[in-house]
Amino acid sequence: MVIPLFFGITLVSFTVIHLAPGSPTDLQTQMNPKVSAEAIQRLRSFYGLDKPLHIQYLIWLKKLLKLDFGNSFSTDNRKVIDKISERIPITIMINILSLLLILIVAIPIGILSATHRNSLFDKLTTVFVFIGFAVPTFWLALLCMILFGINLGWLPISGIKSLGFEQTSFAAIALDRVKHLILPVLLSAFGGLAGFSRYTRSTMLEVIRQDYIKTARAKGLPEQTVIYRHALRNALLPVITILGLSVPGLIGGSVIFETIFAIPGMGQLFYGSVMARDYPLIMGILVIGAFLTLLGNILADISYSLADPRIRNI
Amino acid sequence: MHRQKLGIITFLIFAVTINVNCGRKDREETKTQLSESSPPAYGDTFVDGSIGDASNLIPILASDSASHDIASLIYNGLVKYDKDLNLVGDLAESWQVSSDGLVITFRLRKGVTWHDGKSLTAHDCLYTYQVIVDPKTPTAYSEDFRQVKKAEVIDDYTFQVTYGMPFAPALASWGMSMLPRHLLEGKDITKSPLSRHPIGTGPYKFKEWVTGEKILLEANKEYFEGRPYLDRYIYRIIPDSATLFLEFRARSVDRIGLTPMQYVRQTETREIKAFFKKYRYVSFSYTYLGYNLLTPMFMDKRVRQAISYAIDKQELIDGVLLGTGRIATGPYKPDTWQYNPNVNKYDYDPNKAKALLSEAGWKDINGDGILEKGGKNFQFTILTNQGNDVRQKCAEIIQRRLKETGIDVKIRIVEWATFIKEFINKRTFEAVILGWTIPQDPDLYDIWHSSKTKPDELNFITYKNTEVDELLEKGRRTFKQEERKRSYDRIQVILSEEQPYTFLFVPDALPIIHARFRGIEPAPAGINYNFIKWYVPKDEQKYIVP
Repeated sequence: MVIPLFFGITLVSFTVIHLAPGSPTDLQTQMNPKVSAEAIQRLRSFYGLDKPLHIQYLIWLKKLLKLDFGNSFSTDNRKVIDKISERIPITIMINILSLLLILIVAIPIGILSATHRNSLFDKLTTVFVFIGFAVPTFWLALLCMILFGINLGWLPISGIKSLGFEQTSFAAIALDRVKHLILPVLLSAFGGLAGFSRYTRSTMLEVIRQDYIKTARAKGLPEQTVIYRHALRNALLPVITILGLSVPGLIGGSVIFETIFAIPGMGQLFYGSVMARDYPLIMGILVIGAFLTLLGNILADISYSLADPRIRNI
Repeated sequence: MHRQKLGIITFLIFAVTINVNCGRKDREETKTQLSESSPPAYGDTFVDGSIGDASNLIPILASDSASHDIASLIYNGLVKYDKDLNLVGDLAESWQVSSDGLVITFRLRKGVTWHDGKSLTAHDCLYTYQVIVDPKTPTAYSEDFRQVKKAEVIDDYTFQVTYGMPFAPALASWGMSMLPRHLLEGKDITKSPLSRHPIGTGPYKFKEWVTGEKILLEANKEYFEGRPYLDRYIYRIIPDSATLFLEFRARSVDRIGLTPMQYVRQTETREIKAFFKKYRYVSFSYTYLGYNLLTPMFMDKRVRQAISYAIDKQELIDGVLLGTGRIATGPYKPDTWQYNPNVNKYDYDPNKAKALLSEAGWKDINGDGILEKGGKNFQFTILTNQGNDVRQKCAEIIQRRLKETGIDVKIRIVEWATFIKEFINKRTFEAVILGWTIPQDPDLYDIWHSSKTKPDELNFITYKNTEVDELLEKGRRTFKQEERKRSYDRIQVILSEEQPYTFLFVPDALPIIHARFRGIEPAPAGINYNFIKWYVPKDEQKYIVP
């Protein structure tokens, strides 16, 4: 089932991006007095754009089967795989760090909001996580840059490392890296708190009402054990599903975010490739994304059955 | 209830930021003393800030300005433009144009070496020519070189090209970066490592390129025009312009280009003035309102003249560019030799506009404030591309002015690819606001010659004038500047009379540079022409290079 689905995705993506007006050679040739019709033709045939669409797809597919994503259509003509692999680590690192931070903060918030339902804490955290969800990140990022980068001077404004010929020791380099990552990680986590914490809160509320919790309390177990041993484990099951769905998101950086923090990650790469109609690069990123989505789903299914005996038995 | 709290917290965020902003004192390093007399010294680093990364550092394969900006520090051409935009020798010590204008002989400097130590010879020039015209090379720059009939190496330091017809823009085309033959010949240039690790003859050597982050160059101490004062050049890529501005305020970037708003309003603080110096010079571009001359209402030149009179160009400059630009009167930059100041400038004159329109038959008969002719309202759409704020604002101001004259203008903003494909190439537009960059060479054959009106070609307004055609041909067939000027002066008079475009303005370039850099002298060519002479006095150097 997964394999035809995968090829279906590539076929649809390939067709759709070719339907968009404009072509990869436009940036070089349009409105440029120094370009003749002959030069345009030369560029088109260099990229194979003069062949019919279905042939282009088959050529691309044939390469893909040999795990070759082809070369980028931008003027650097580099291998798609190189362009992706030099940008993927930083994106994955930031996404994993912010995902961890979200889990560390959002799950306790969710539990406490559920156990102290309608308390002041519940209401305050609700407001807090929804602000995080609603506030435009680029605006908040700029405010933080002004505050921490310019006025207080504590943190660097953008980039992922300093210009780099002042530091020598490993500790100094590590500290520099950490400083650069603080703002991007904090801010991207801030926007994701709402989802997880609300989700934990609602499943927790549901679980607390179950008969087995009543039983646990009736046995005379301390409240702590009831909540953290019996209720929490059941309440966290659906979180696995969400984590599974987050897998493809790990390689998809946010364009706005990466642009504003000058982080050379996947978001910028993908946005740039779409703008330049760099077909092989777009397809390369989509293929990896599709692969990870399918993989995430499978992983979620497997771990779900591991965690929940009821599913395994069926 | 929730909403109220949300309001309070948002307010708190604001308050914190504002408080810190206000409470902040200048607890910075002591103010840089601007003593212009400090002697030049070697050392320090120049950190350039840009929103775009380079794509390919083999210049013939790149088409973006970032790549060309960096490549210009790494490579040399045979000729170059000096600060007053005259062609002077670069790698060529001198050159000779034969009396019939068909043969150009370049005599190369001796003792120039590539960054890897090999000597530069005429064979490198021949290779560069051959690779550009090779049909397998995906370059956008082959056109000028395809005019060459024959290119040959006379001896190691003499390179000769022969043209089928005299072709004046040819000379400037040899400003193209020369490539190292010994590293490229016989290989596929599109797969060459030089595109990520270039080797040239220029004032700076390539050191490192971290994609999306920075490009680092080091001074070429053996450079033939003398060692550059600044030891390192770093090109930092910060894709968001707001972030770039903040980085500049934090002084981690030494130069950025300012927007008019930043130039006029946001950089007037004491702090910024203490650490930075602003520069302003005429840029190499102009913005225009172009008419589709296949549209019946624009076929009458009186109508086009009337619209030009009805638009207050100074108002556009003041409103959109906050005063940082000048009125354009033709397709050239006002401080160059080819510019002709003696043309009709179409100063704002609504009465003249109305008179011309009524002469052309456009009259308001039904009294609704809109002119009519043959029962049809005078109505058209100005089209411009998405993402260009300046052009959109211009369109709005023009819309208001034309309304006062009795013309109903609609504005339509279209994404670039669609704009070109559906409107420009199919000639389905009525009027457009667009801009052209102004090349240093005055040849404008591709934009105004009547043979360039086919789809995809640049005379998309379909302008046809036999005298302009002849003058354009004459202008590119002679190398003598006075003769060329006569042709181009006349072209400017005709264009001014016919107004196929309403030329709007030439914006100013507005760079701001850290004040520790000295030796920067704005000229018609901009400021970059003497980059190797920029320096930081010893006691003000910021980055100490090990």
